Amino acid sequence: MSDRKGRASARDEGRRPGDGRAFLGMPAFPEAAREAVGDATLRATLRHATHTIRDKRARAVAELDDWAALREAGRRIKDETLRHLDTHLLRLEESVTAAGGTVHWAADAAEANRIVTGLVRATGETEVVKVKSMATQEIGLNEHLEAEGIAAYETDLAELIVQLGEDRPSHILVPAIHRNRGEIRDIFREKMGSWGRPAPEGLSDAPAELAEAARLHLREKFLRAKVGISGANFMVAETGTLVVVESEGNGRMCLTLPETLISVVGVEKVVPTWRDLEVFLQTLPRSSTAERMNPYTSMWTGTADGDGPGTFHLVLLDNGRTDALADEVGRQALRCIRCSACLNVCPVYERAGGHAYGSVYPGPIGAILTPQLRGTASEVDASLPYASSLCGACYEVCPVAIDIPEVLVHLRERVAEEGGKGHRLERAAIKASTWVLDHPGVLAAGERLASATRKALPRRLPGPGARQWTDHRDLPELPAEPFRDWWKKNRT
Amino acid sequence: MTDSRARILARIRAAVADAPEAEPVARDYRTSHTPDDPDALLDLLHENLADYRAHVHRTTPDGLAGLLARLLAERGARSVVVPPGLPGEWLSAAEVELRSDEPRATPYELDGTDAVVTGCAVAIAETGTIVLDGGPGQGRRALTLVPDLHLCVVRAPEQVVASVPLALPRLDPARPLTWISGPSATSDIELDRVEGVHGPRTLEVVLVTGG
Ligand code: SF4
Repeated sequence: MSDRKGRASARDEGRRPGDGRAFLGMPAFPEAAREAVGDATLRATLRHATHTIRDKRARAVAELDDWAALREAGRRIKDETLRHLDTHLLRLEESVTAAGGTVHWAADAAEANRIVTGLVRATGETEVVKVKSMATQEIGLNEHLEAEGIAAYETDLAELIVQLGEDRPSHILVPAIHRNRGEIRDIFREKMGSWGRPAPEGLSDAPAELAEAARLHLREKFLRAKVGISGANFMVAETGTLVVVESEGNGRMCLTLPETLISVVGVEKVVPTWRDLEVFLQTLPRSSTAERMNPYTSMWTGTADGDGPGTFHLVLLDNGRTDALADEVGRQALRCIRCSACLNVCPVYERAGGHAYGSVYPGPIGAILTPQLRGTASEVDASLPYASSLCGACYEVCPVAIDIPEVLVHLRERVAEEGGKGHRLERAAIKASTWVLDHPGVLAAGERLASATRKALPRRLPGPGARQWTDHRDLPELPAEPFRDWWKKNRT
Repeated sequence: MTDSRARILARIRAAVADAPEAEPVARDYRTSHTPDDPDALLDLLHENLADYRAHVHRTTPDGLAGLLARLLAERGARSVVVPPGLPGEWLSAAEVELRSDEPRATPYELDGTDAVVTGCAVAIAETGTIVLDGGPGQGRRALTLVPDLHLCVVRAPEQVVASVPLALPRLDPARPLTWISGPSATSDIELDRVEGVHGPRTLEVVLVTGG
């Protein structure tokens, strides 16, 4: 494959730390998952949360009888964007610049971190407030800033829980989904005081009280903040508008009160036109928090006179995205709008937890995105495509119709090519597959869902990519054959 | 930096060089999911706002000043920040200290202010959303963010649209926009929605008809 060399060379440059330090040296999927499966509290917490949200999502989606058309439009808008990504990015750069912003380009994590550090330094400040952003987690920005003597305060409630608990995120939307209310109360009681305003006396585990504690703790930081750092859900090329979708108002605080705003955004987040937002602003909230609309959405274009930050920097991030773009099957992962619906329906995620995926992108999307962004040279990344029963539930709920099982199978092929018999990558893969096989719950859920999928989508494998499913000797012809049977046949 | 720009663009071009042209975007989804009847639309807006815990009230232009005064009093608000261009008569009956934003109040001053009263640019019935664009009577974004109580006036039917696709063409992307659907909330604790984190914890929406 022509892109293979490009991927290897990008890695060889050794300037892509990938995820934040916290994820370095993660064990392959099955070892990390074992911990979660053995932890009954964690399992119950995850099960409760994912089941609650999946039912709500189904209801929110059912309210729109044109969901299928919206999903298809979303898919095509993203495909068109990716096909002409250079044009749209140049247009975006022009619009943002014309509106008073400054655009920077970062080929990898190290460069993005360097740019952001330089920009913060130039303000003379030593602390920043941050809105939850997958891109800045991916590049390990907080750790980098800390090493440079700049304190980065996470302000999203879940991120705050993770940061105070010196923990790792485990869900795209709700990074602290692995913590229940009692644990959150304990973390707040113990840790808030050393970061700023301590938790109120006698804090209970009532969610409203916990939210109030976060409000009080963070307010002093918002009011004095001079520099804000964000990501963005969308960037509109035609107008130069950035969009941040959120719930708590911490995003609005970070985007509005500071004098300088720095947004770090993956290149694939661009959409061509203002009108395109009409699709995603309908599909994203319903898919992620199962709401008709999330409480707050902020849109800004460059800088505005007398309203919000007077200085705006946009850092466009590649960091492996162009490698994914070069893969004809894998590039569809770049359509992802990070709604997290696929995590919430995944039987593997529900049992293994987010940490097992060894990356800031857990669950089904992580299993296809991480190996493409970082390559499949490490054991954890090579094992990810095998951490699935290929049930197809993720594809069903995806608002941009990413065929995650198709990409998983494609990536298995790649791991097999890179590894070969007896190779350590093959062993990692076998371990992950065995893990799936050894968890009857995963398989049963997978098979049940797969048969539902089969009914709903009798012809779900046409078009590009079908070859990989059917021709390769090692691969299951999936919808027709449950994983368990395939495994028995192929294990020897 | 310029060199990364060239490199990223070159990698993109190489990556998609052999890719097939994308299928044209079909926009065969609905423009609106709601019958085009102003009364039904207003009812839907009311219902959806209330569903996400905004407090919704209805009045006429003549009743507006009295209603705003009553709501502020009921919430115990003693100070109100007044965005430039807010019609003077709206707060004529309120017994509160009115604070102007000219010159701009500091974040600390806003934090010490009980409430803000604004108009809006457009309201979306299907999603229960009000959109502010910083126009007259709305103020800069910080005004509706830092005080804990936000009273927002929507003029019906002219400011009410059915859906997101109908709202976007009425908005100017060059202006900073804030879409608000209920008060601040979080789903971060066990994926359960709790109202009230960093933005105003109380949102009162006043629908004014018969103008
Ligand atoms: S892959 Fe699809 S379902 Fe999963 S987070 Fe991305 S957009 Fe959502």
